[in-house]
Amino acid sequence: MMLMKRRDFLKAGAAAGAMATLYGCAGGGKASGHVVVVGGGYGGATIAKYLRMWSEGGVQVTLIERNPTFISCPISNLVIGGTKTMEDITVSYDGLKNKWGVRVVQDDVVAVDAAKKTISLKAGGAMSYDRLVLSPGIDFMFDQIPGLNNADAQSKILHAWKAGAQTVALRKQLESMKDGGVYAISIPKAPYRCPPGPYERACLVANYFKQSKPKSKVIILDANEDVMSKKGLFTKAWTDLYKGIIEYRNNSEVKDVEVGTNTAVLEFDKFKADVLNIIPPHRAGDIAAKSGIKLINNRWVDINWLSMESTSTPGIHVLGDAIFPAPTMPKSGHMANQHGKLAAAAILNQLSGMEPSPTPVVMNTCYSFVDAKNVIHVSSIHQYDAATKTVQPVKGAGGVSAARNELEGKVAMGWAKNIWADMLT
Amino acid sequence: MKLQSTLAAFCLLAAAGVAHAADPNLGRNLAATCANCHGTNGNAVKGAGLDSLAGSPKDKTLQKLSEFKSGDKPASIMHQITKGYTDEQLDLIATYFAAQK
Repeated sequence: MMLMKRRDFLKAGAAAGAMATLYGCAGGGKASGHVVVVGGGYGGATIAKYLRMWSEGGVQVTLIERNPTFISCPISNLVIGGTKTMEDITVSYDGLKNKWGVRVVQDDVVAVDAAKKTISLKAGGAMSYDRLVLSPGIDFMFDQIPGLNNADAQSKILHAWKAGAQTVALRKQLESMKDGGVYAISIPKAPYRCPPGPYERACLVANYFKQSKPKSKVIILDANEDVMSKKGLFTKAWTDLYKGIIEYRNNSEVKDVEVGTNTAVLEFDKFKADVLNIIPPHRAGDIAAKSGIKLINNRWVDINWLSMESTSTPGIHVLGDAIFPAPTMPKSGHMANQHGKLAAAAILNQLSGMEPSPTPVVMNTCYSFVDAKNVIHVSSIHQYDAATKTVQPVKGAGGVSAARNELEGKVAMGWAKNIWADMLT
Repeated sequence: MKLQSTLAAFCLLAAAGVAHAADPNLGRNLAATCANCHGTNGNAVKGAGLDSLAGSPKDKTLQKLSEFKSGDKPASIMHQITKGYTDEQLDLIATYFAAQK
């Protein structure tokens, strides 16, 4: 949809105005004000666009993002597996700027003053807001793996759990590895970003080895007791497609690394790999803690599910992987996009003197590739429950694929194109 | 006076709506949960292989959704997703998409 022509805009405004008057007999009007969004990933880009679209340009939106372009984590395992390129997973912010009138600033937010309603930028200067949205994703707890707690170690032992330079670097390490080598990927204890992602990556690296380096092995070192997502479908793929290539080890938490020898240190064991891919435990992106809002377990932001506002600091909304998740809710890009829409609707109500909708709904769909073409999905729908004050998964709804299939391989790429457009164009 | 009582009636209706958890943008908000796959306001990316829902007649969309929900219409994922919404919510979603261009 294009931004409306003036005449349509006025008509729609009149209709919306009548509706607001009706709904808001105790007050209310057209939303206006300035919303600052920190982080232009799946959550932040979505809310920036939807605030502009749903307010018909009435609300000013500034999006602050440190990267020059959007690079998608979903689909990035195909780049690591060698069947897609970085170009395939990169989208410009020009659509947000030019089509939707979002002011996009490439910078880092270094401080939040919730009392004064201002943020400070790394490049200098401050900005005031009426409502602040933090969509900062995750940062890693490198202190949990002492050998990785320095820049040199982090340049050698990669996570590639934020798409970008590390995605390219991990692909290069795999290309440079000799046939007969070992690639090991470690998974932190849940909750972590993208529950099926590490298992998908293991499949796609094994798929590359099967075709190009058939004597090589993939070892999954999982800190959890069992496969955390799509278990039956993943284990079937490992047996059917990658027998003798993929080895899965549960209860194998990486406690440390020895960088010189590319060795993962477990509680009672050590494991040396040719390519060691350590995904450290995560917490909410740094700016969440710096802003002083309440965290649970010192890691995840505690939010109110009707508006996605911090429970400690109204006026600051938090989206995506940074939040303490609702029951069974995955940390996923799809879910962050849904958070963005929930919060956009709530903010527009709040900016026009109304309460947020009391019945929000969010849903998740996640496609994982088990080879270059075959895909498996998991889906869930979460409805607000006033008794528990959170969104609860709907019993009997959602589920997984009956079996891996190529049709969903096509749907997965269709999903990617549509969600990127829904966020950014 | 007549206008005032009409307004009062509207306000009562609106208040009743609030009591029944209605937000004037409920249909819009619910339909937005579909946009990840079916495009913003139901305008799916052309050539990406997923159905556009914008402008689709309400009855047609609703029938498809109810057939997915009952299991009468085979699907890879929509039978699971439709079960997550109440019939009233599916009605609001179909109504919203029918009004989109």
